Amino acid sequence: MTEQAVRTRRTVASGDETVLHVDELVRYFDVSPPFLNRVIERSGRQLVKAVDGISFDIKRGETFSLVGESGCGKSTVARLVVGLYQPTAGSLMFEGTELADHKDRLRVPEIQSRMQMIFQDPYASLNPRWRVSDIIAEPITARRLISDRPQVKQRVGELLTQVGLSPADGEKYPHEFSGGQRQRISIARALAGEPEFLVCDEPTSALDVSVQAQILNLMKELQLTYNLTYLFISHDLAVVYHVSTKVGVMYLGRLVEWADKKTLFEKPRHPYTRMLLDAIPDLEMTGRARTPVAGEVPSPINPPSGCPFHPRCPHAEDRCTRERPTALELNDGAHVACHAVEENRIS
Amino acid sequence: MEADQPLLQVNNLRIEFPTRRGTLVAVDDISFHIDPGEILGVVGESGAGKSLTGASIIGLLEPPGRIAAGEIYLEGKRIDNLPYEKMRRIRGQEIGAIFQDPLTSLNPLYRVGYQLVETIRTHTDLSESQARKRAIDLLKEVGIPGAEERIDHFPHQFSGGMRQRVVIALALCAEPRLIIADEPTTALDVSIQAQIITLLKRLCREHRTAVMLVTHDMGVIAEAAQRVAVMYAGRIAEIGPVQDVVKRAKHPYTHGLMGSIPHVGHAAEKLTQIDGSMPRLTEIPQGCAFNPRCTRVFDRCRAERPDLQPVDGSEVACWLFEEEEKKVGYGD
Repeated sequence: MTEQAVRTRRTVASGDETVLHVDELVRYFDVSPPFLNRVIERSGRQLVKAVDGISFDIKRGETFSLVGESGCGKSTVARLVVGLYQPTAGSLMFEGTELADHKDRLRVPEIQSRMQMIFQDPYASLNPRWRVSDIIAEPITARRLISDRPQVKQRVGELLTQVGLSPADGEKYPHEFSGGQRQRISIARALAGEPEFLVCDEPTSALDVSVQAQILNLMKELQLTYNLTYLFISHDLAVVYHVSTKVGVMYLGRLVEWADKKTLFEKPRHPYTRMLLDAIPDLEMTGRARTPVAGEVPSPINPPSGCPFHPRCPHAEDRCTRERPTALELNDGAHVACHAVEENRIS
Repeated sequence: MEADQPLLQVNNLRIEFPTRRGTLVAVDDISFHIDPGEILGVVGESGAGKSLTGASIIGLLEPPGRIAAGEIYLEGKRIDNLPYEKMRRIRGQEIGAIFQDPLTSLNPLYRVGYQLVETIRTHTDLSESQARKRAIDLLKEVGIPGAEERIDHFPHQFSGGMRQRVVIALALCAEPRLIIADEPTTALDVSIQAQIITLLKRLCREHRTAVMLVTHDMGVIAEAAQRVAVMYAGRIAEIGPVQDVVKRAKHPYTHGLMGSIPHVGHAAEKLTQIDGSMPRLTEIPQGCAFNPRCTRVFDRCRAERPDLQPVDGSEVACWLFEEEEKKVGYGD
C-alpha cells in the first residue's frame, strides 16, 4: 500500500470509532515449583494473576493511559495488546478483529503490522550491532512496504528528520547516541511500519526531565500529524496528565477506576486513585507535608480477598473483604470499582 | 559572620578523570556548604556531576577519578586528604550514605540484623546484645512493623520500600551528622517515595542530621529540601532557597528545567523544551557551558565563564545578572 493510500484511509476512518476493545482480559503466569517439589511438599500450583479481568475501549486518535505502582500489571496489558503474551481468557478486538483467539498472532500479519510498540529502555531495545538506518529500515523491508533500496534509504532519512535527527545519523551505531536520541530512534522505527496504533510502555521513565519534555512534545506532534492512537503506560501521574485523553488506574491486575482525564484528576472517586494523587510531589506548594500513605502493594500471588485494596483502604468495611466490587458507570462516564462509592459512603 | 559553623564546607572542588585522550573534568570548581539539620537538594541531568560530588565527600570516588583541587571540610576539619583508614572511620560514623538501589547496598547473604549489629559495633563500643537492641530500635524508628522478627530476615524477604528503610537504618547506626542520599527514592513507587521522604524529614528534624539529597526529581527536592543546587555540566548553575529556585528560577537553564516538568492540573499543550542535550565531558564549550542551548545567549557567554554571584537571596552563575547589575549601577 502506498503512503498516500494509507493516509486517505485514515482520514476516512477517523471519528468516534473504537480501535481497541478489551473485554475481561485475563493473563495468569504459572510460577509453581517443579512437579517433584510440588509432590514432596504437597503444595499446589501457584499462579500470579498479573491481569485479572480488565475491560476498556480506546477510540481513534485518543491516548489511553494506564497508571499504577510497579507490579500492578500495566506492562503485561501492553504486552498482551501487541501480542507478546497470549491472553489466558477474555477478548481483545482490534478494529473488529478478535486477536485473543489466534494462538499464533503472526497469522494475522495485517493486523499485527498496524500496531507498534515503544519500549522503556532505549539502551536495551536497539540492536547495538546494527546501524541506525538498518534498525529503522527493518519494518519497511519486513513488510515489503518499499522494495527499491534507494527509496528505502530516502524513507529512512525522512523518518529520521521527522523525529528530530538528521538523515546522516543513519550511518551511526546506537551507542553513539544519548538516551533521548535513542528513544527518538525507537520512535522512528515504530513509525516506519506505518502503524495506526502505538503501545508506549514507559517511554520516558529512563530519561531526564528536560529530555522527557522533548520526547513527549514529539509524540504529541506525531499523534496530530498521523492521527495515531496511543496506549500509554506510565507510573508518573504528571506525565499521564500531560499526554492522556482517558486514564485507567490499575491495582493488582485490575482496573479500579477509569475516566476522562479531567474527571479522573478533578474528581477522583476510588480511594486508591485519591491516594496516588495525594502522593504526587507538588512543586507549587513547597514544604507542604503530604499525606503519607500507609502500606504497600501486596503480592499478586496471594492477593487479598474481595477488593484487593481493602487492607490499605481507609473506608474498608466487612463487605470489601468478602466481595469483589464490579465496575460501576457513573453519570459523568467514569467507571469505578468500589463498594464505598457504590453505597455512597464516600462522595 | 555566621554564628554557626557550617557542618560541611566544600571549596572549589574539582574532580578529574585522566584518560588516554586527555583529562576529563567531571566536576569543575564547585563550592557550597550545608548547615546542621539542613537538607540540601542537588539536582541536574545525568552526567552533571551530582553523584560524583556526593561520592567525593564520603571518599568513595572510584579510580581513575580523583580530586584534583579544592578542599572538603567537615565541622572545620579537612577530610578530603585523609588516609584510607582514617576516612573509613569517618565514613559511617560521621557521614552516612544511602544509595539508589537498596538491593545492592545490602549483602544478600546475611540477615539484616547481622549487618546492622556489625555496623553498630564497628562504630560504637556496645556489646553484642546492646547492639542488637539498638538495631531493633533503629528498625522501629524507620517504621518497619514487627522489628523484633524482621531483624532476622534476609534482604530478599523485604519489599523495595522496606529495604530502603533498612538501608536508612544502616546509615543511621552511628548517628552520623551528615547523610549523603544519592537518589534514595528513584527506584521506588510514588506512594513509597512519599513515605521515605517523610521519614528523612522527620529524622533531620529530630536528630539535627544534615542531608545532601542528590536526585534528578525536582518534585522530591521541592518537598524535602530547604536549599537546592542546580548542576549543569559539572558546575553549579544556581543555588538558593528552594522556593526561589522553583518559583522564580533565574538561570535560563533552571528556567527551562522547571518548564519541562509536567504538572497535574496544569494543562499545557506543549511543554517548554530546552533544545539539544547536555554536552559530553569531552566537548564542553568555551565560556558558559550552557551557551549553545541558551535562548538569551550573548557574546560574553561564548567567551567567558560566569562565576556564582549573589542575586536576591540566591547565587547564580550567569552573565545576564552581571549585566543587569551594571545597568542598575549606571542608573544611580
